[in-house]
Amino acid sequence: MKVAVLVKQTPDTAELPKVSAEDVRSGKVKATMVINPWDEFAAEEAILLGDRYDVDSVAISMGSPDAVDALKHALAMGVGAAALVDSSDISGGDMWTTSSALAAAVKAEGAELVITGKQSVDDNSGAVYAGVAAKLGWPLVSAVTKVVDISNGQITVERMVEGAQETISVSLPAVISVVKEINEPRYPSFMGIRKAAKANIPVTPAANLGVASGSGKTQWTNIRKPEERKTKCVIIDGATVEEKAAKLVDALMAEKVI
Amino acid sequence: MSVLVWIEQSNNGPVPNSFEVLGKAKEIATAMGVKTVAAVVGGDAAIAETVRAYGPDTVLTLTSPALASYRLSGYVAALRKAVEAAGATVVLMAATVRGREIAATLASQLDAGYAPDAVDLRVEGGKLIAVRSIYSNNILADVTFSSPVQVVSVRPRSFPMPEPGAASGEVKAVDPGLSESDIKEKVVDVKSTDTGEVSLTDASIIVSGGRGVAQDPAKGFELVTQLANVLGAAVGASRAAVDAGYIPYKHQVGQTGKTVKPDLYIAAGISGAIQHLAGMGGSKLIVAINKDAEAPIFEKANYGIVGDLYQVLPALTAEFKKRLGK
Ligand SMILES: Cc1cc2nc3c(=O)[nH]c(=O)nc-3n(C[C@H](O)[C@H](O)[C@H](O)COP(=O)(O)OP(=O)(O)OC[C@H]3O[C@@H](n4cnc5c(N)ncnc54)[C@H](O)[C@@H]3O)c2cc1C
Ligand SMILES: Nc1ncnc2c1ncn2[C@@H]1O[C@H](COP(=O)(O)O)[C@@H](O)[C@H]1O
Repeated sequence: MKVAVLVKQTPDTAELPKVSAEDVRSGKVKATMVINPWDEFAAEEAILLGDRYDVDSVAISMGSPDAVDALKHALAMGVGAAALVDSSDISGGDMWTTSSALAAAVKAEGAELVITGKQSVDDNSGAVYAGVAAKLGWPLVSAVTKVVDISNGQITVERMVEGAQETISVSLPAVISVVKEINEPRYPSFMGIRKAAKANIPVTPAANLGVASGSGKTQWTNIRKPEERKTKCVIIDGATVEEKAAKLVDALMAEKVI
Repeated sequence: MSVLVWIEQSNNGPVPNSFEVLGKAKEIATAMGVKTVAAVVGGDAAIAETVRAYGPDTVLTLTSPALASYRLSGYVAALRKAVEAAGATVVLMAATVRGREIAATLASQLDAGYAPDAVDLRVEGGKLIAVRSIYSNNILADVTFSSPVQVVSVRPRSFPMPEPGAASGEVKAVDPGLSESDIKEKVVDVKSTDTGEVSLTDASIIVSGGRGVAQDPAKGFELVTQLANVLGAAVGASRAAVDAGYIPYKHQVGQTGKTVKPDLYIAAGISGAIQHLAGMGGSKLIVAINKDAEAPIFEKANYGIVGDLYQVLPALTAEFKKRLGK
């Protein structure tokens, strides 16, 4: 069986505060780009499943040609192969455009299980896996914390929702999105990095996968930075810790937040 | 036409965040000159009465043995029936784990525009605009739609909880027309993880601890919890505290934890790293307790105490106990 891991290239989270509205508007974000941190969990799970079952893994990313670096990270971790969907020729799409192209790429790879991250740290949508599942007509289980078993054409997983832990079975082919509790992503080994550097990563233009420019159903407008917090901090002084505590409680009562 | 709200159910009834969304939905529907409809799918249809008190024009109930427990494919199919029955052009729900997978799946199946985890909604020129907080809360964008149906999941605590009132809306049953064979998932087991503690996303007050408790983590989080208990607050934590094993991951606030929006956030022994701020920077009031006067958290805090959390937390707990008569 083949497992497809969907990985996105996203800005380093430490640099997100520096991202400007203009960067987002133009689509040219000036930041160090890395594999979306949530997708490392997806890649790790694909590798772990390879140890447990007879499965091959392939990492798929849609993005600019630079996104090969995210794929190389997945390869260096130990994912078996990689494929890039080059979206440079597509504009005015949305999460469903991305989902359609990725779904087509998954099909082309002949994968029977898709593993994705929880969300991308730039778009924060948590939508692409749902779109991929819907386009493929496959069942989706999101927020997976454990793959319990894969057998007889079924996958059984545990997942977390507010207030409950569910164990769910669906038939393959299927899509799962995973969350942080599922594993501890490994660092790429030196050997892995060398192998990834030499890997041949096929590139498919997104337009070849049946998606077109301007197909998005939503547009982002009025892109702006959130208002800066008023940062004047009142440091509470006092001779004793009790006095400080009393003064802080006074202030919080006056603010009516208690 | 109408604005439709999915009323999520959890262990013990409707999920309160659904009513925050319903309250806002009425405002949106009024601005658009359309009706507000609430959909109760599966579970306990009797909650329709509770839902009525929040003032929708219609409550649709969709029940079937196949919908007895939550399963994504079944609930989406039922909601599609509700969208049809209500002639809904706007579909809203709370951005919980289930809310987000349902909203995304529904929107994708309908080829509808989707704004996930929106923090605000408004109507301009008769059109819906959703505000999203993206780039991990570092950018805001207005989302406009070019599809006949628009789907939005709404970040919990983005809107005030409305007061229930006199119910005047009608309750109508809609046949979801589903049988077991239409449903893709089998639920093997459900364990409640509801421990009765206040959840981070619902809390109006959060007290969080960080690596600053390293010297005696058990004691440190006990002090954090004691303050939280006096305030009826939820307990949060930094990733450093979670990674060190001081407290389970579900308490983590930040970029790779939860985004929270309390009225009051008390950070004890937390330096204020960018990834932590990404999760709690939207708090109304921030209080920092840190022994390092140079800690970056003070740049975002409204009030600060420079001091040792092992002394400051118990003093605060004692003071609040006194004032609140506990
Ligand atoms: C991809 C990525 C995602 C991340 N996601 C998150 C996330 O979701 N949430 C998150 O929190 N972090 C996240 N981080 C980690 C983040 O960068 C910081 O490492 C983390 O927030 C630091 O936690 P801390 O403030 O508890 O620890 P520290 O930075 O070590 O700060 C401890 C503070 O405690 C103070 N202190 C020490 N002793 C005492 C005492 N006795 N009394 C009072 N104060 C004391 C110190 O002065 C210091 O300011 C992420 C990092 C990356 C790279
Ligand atoms: N452009 C992309 N290429 C590959 N995978 C993606 C892409 N966008 C999103 N994903 C996957 O879908 C998940 C959810 O992303 P999002 O819906 O953008 O929050 C991510 O964690 C990835 O696994």
